[in-house]
Amino acid sequence: MIIVNGHKHKIPEALLDKKLSEWLREDLYLTGVKIGCEIGVCGSCTILVDNLTRRSCKMLVKDAVGHEITTIEGLSGEDGTLHPLQQAFMDAGAIQCGFCTPGMVLSALALLLQNHHPTRSEIRQALKGNICRCTGYQQIVDAVERAARIMYPDPK
Amino acid sequence: MRPAFRNDAYAKVTGGAKYTDDYTLPRMLHAVPLHAQTASALIKSIDCSLALQSPGVLRVILAEDIPGTIKFGQIIKDYPTLAHKRICSTGDVLALVVAESRAQALAALPLIKVQLEEIPPIFDPEQAMLPTAELINPDYGSNVCNYHRVRNGDIQRGEADSDFIIEQDFSTSRIEHAYLEPESALADLRPDGVMEVIGSMQHPFSTRRFVASTLGFELSDVEVKTVPIGGAFGGKDDTAALVCARAALCAYLLKRPVKLTYSREMSLRESYKRHPYKLQYRMGVGKDGSITFVKVRMVADGGAYCSVTPWVTWRSTVQCCGCYEVPNVHCDVYGVYTNNVFSGAFRGFGSPQVNFAIEQLVEIAAQKLGLDEISFRRKNMVRQGSTTITNQVLDTHKVSLQEVMDKVLKEIDYEAKRAKCSFGDPKQDKWYGIGFAISYRGMSLGAEGVDFNSAIINVQPDGSVLLETGIHENGQGSESAMILIAAEELGLPVERIRYRMPSTSNIPDGGTTVASRGTLLGGGATTNAAKILKGIIAETLLKEYDLSAERFENGQILTPDGQTICTWEKAIALCYSKQIYPYAFGVFQAPRVSWDEETGHGNAYFTWVYGCQAVELEVDPKTLKVTLLNLVAAHDVGKAINPAMVKGQFYGGLAMGAGYGLFEELPLADGGVIATNLHQYRLMRATDLPEMTAIIVENPDPTSPSKAKGIGEPTLEITAPAIANAIFRATGKRYVDQPLKLRL
Repeated sequence: MIIVNGHKHKIPEALLDKKLSEWLREDLYLTGVKIGCEIGVCGSCTILVDNLTRRSCKMLVKDAVGHEITTIEGLSGEDGTLHPLQQAFMDAGAIQCGFCTPGMVLSALALLLQNHHPTRSEIRQALKGNICRCTGYQQIVDAVERAARIMYPDPK
Repeated sequence: MRPAFRNDAYAKVTGGAKYTDDYTLPRMLHAVPLHAQTASALIKSIDCSLALQSPGVLRVILAEDIPGTIKFGQIIKDYPTLAHKRICSTGDVLALVVAESRAQALAALPLIKVQLEEIPPIFDPEQAMLPTAELINPDYGSNVCNYHRVRNGDIQRGEADSDFIIEQDFSTSRIEHAYLEPESALADLRPDGVMEVIGSMQHPFSTRRFVASTLGFELSDVEVKTVPIGGAFGGKDDTAALVCARAALCAYLLKRPVKLTYSREMSLRESYKRHPYKLQYRMGVGKDGSITFVKVRMVADGGAYCSVTPWVTWRSTVQCCGCYEVPNVHCDVYGVYTNNVFSGAFRGFGSPQVNFAIEQLVEIAAQKLGLDEISFRRKNMVRQGSTTITNQVLDTHKVSLQEVMDKVLKEIDYEAKRAKCSFGDPKQDKWYGIGFAISYRGMSLGAEGVDFNSAIINVQPDGSVLLETGIHENGQGSESAMILIAAEELGLPVERIRYRMPSTSNIPDGGTTVASRGTLLGGGATTNAAKILKGIIAETLLKEYDLSAERFENGQILTPDGQTICTWEKAIALCYSKQIYPYAFGVFQAPRVSWDEETGHGNAYFTWVYGCQAVELEVDPKTLKVTLLNLVAAHDVGKAINPAMVKGQFYGGLAMGAGYGLFEELPLADGGVIATNLHQYRLMRATDLPEMTAIIVENPDPTSPSKAKGIGEPTLEITAPAIANAIFRATGKRYVDQPLKLRL
């Protein structure tokens, strides 16, 4: 069994050796999982497995059995309400072509769950595995800082 | 600053935005390309019999199966949808395998047997230019794809007037666009006979021409629709259009929807790159600090196909002396066919190469004269009313070069910091350097081609608005810019304006979304459409109320002196009740430009933009590792429609320009790309970049209906020379080859 965005999925034997990214995209229609390189270099297919970032293109379905997966589709509420991190990406102008955005948001979320008050350089370090060709990262770092202030208003 | 506005942000941040490969249609098939394994050969035979027996394979398509024209191109029709009889490049596609699943199609690729007869390839442009060289495109009749020149003043007099003459060669490399989303296309032949295509491409109208040519269809029988695309940077033109044409070819022959999605390896192998240049400069200067002449020869490697090489090299020709007044100019620029993977449009489009050279050359000249790099630039830069090297007088807009330069130098505190530069001091354990570069850039297409665009504003009976333009959303935020322009003109909140999913069947061909022309041309058309619409509404209100409607503000319509006539909704309802459509079609025709190929004289562009960028960096004397410490940029954008997105263009351009300067290059072996994936092509990551400062300069442009100009390309065209200049002041050494590889 794999839990994806809070929903339980029973995994038939035949699917165990399928690429996790392909299973998420093709079988669950979670196309927010983007494919940019298929070798784990670009970060577009980033998902959270038990709240830690993983490259879904480098995993097989069987690697995720017994674990909990979050994709970008799992971040907003059922009613469409945005996660503060998503809202911050919008407000900070951190989105251009949008292809890196799902992976970028999830990498940022994994960081903020561990470190509620990261410095800009810690944010850059956490996003190092996610390539963005459009933004130069500046407004993405702004967005993560902004989200941290909203999610964890208490001082260190 | 206004909060960022993007009409597509919600979809993109929730994962809901659907890019081409995210779409699936019932009964959809998958196609994959078979690429050439050599750069130059005759095709003797292609045997598909084994591949056809492979599970799931329905068909293998060859050039002979193309119902329309095999070759197409924007300028020279030399680019084959599928290679026919001859291979000119390792990017050539010999066959398309169509199968029930992508995995099945991929599995059948190695089963196709190709017999070739190798032809000696030519990889060196200088060799290709020799009269004795074999022709790469025999139909064209020359390996020189194009030649542009400028002849101005008297070069001999310039030589005689010079106190010093500097000769310096520069080179720039082939680089990859590396848009994050590889090419993808989905085509479906509709029951009404229209071939409908979505694709990861940046030019729906260009794509439509490629598809129609391949199928032998009329333009009206092809409909290209727009979906989000994962970046383009100029790179999703010819190749991406051809990927769409191939998907359409498969869908046409198999009468089922076909998706053709490229892997990163396919994309790297086939897509066109930035032109590598060799530039040979000879510049004269007088003791008074003036430039007396510039003589330059440039050779651009265009690779196997023409693409837009004549246009790219034309911009290099017009801007060959950078943003300086030069009385005597002798410039020769060649675009050359070789068997290398081809070159085409790439953000910057012929200016990054020239600026890399000229912005170092002026500093070399200043140093020779014993002048500092600021005063030398100040003395020679173009100003209000200056005449460019092509005899264009800069008087239709504010020439703000000095303004942008002064703002950057002040912000970074240049003059104080330049005293701290190390110049390779062996006593220091970190070498510090600061540098800058300036440029001007002709806006939009210039004399490359016709330049006009249109917008449709269609107000619905409830007052909501549908807007579209002939500009394409490449990720830069063009739709949002158009919405903001319309909202301001009509006095409506952005929420009331929906950008309609654009289709080539609904709006006239607006040209390609290139040359930083989106906001300028599409915004101009939107402004003009809004004005026409307001005229229609005003006429209706005048008849009804005998009041002159002039101000459209906050959802109200007012008289010139501020008397409220009625709400927007009431005015629209009145229009419909009077059988008047609140519908407007607006056009912006770019002002006329001119060009004489013989002399290289003309008003090359109808308006220009000005920019300056500065960088601080540190070099480790032992490892020669360069660390960027600070990047500051100022660009005149005319008017910032969406300031947060304008800044996004600054930051993104600086990052791309810094990568170009420091490490981006895409080496070839036997004409083919060596890198098979992004692990072999270094891109800027978040940790490679310092904090950046974006200074938006606004001098509203009288030639632009919206007052805005372009910003996409200016932001990356001077970062590399600014870094080179900073590295010089850190190490004491000049590096004239891009990327800048430091040596002990």
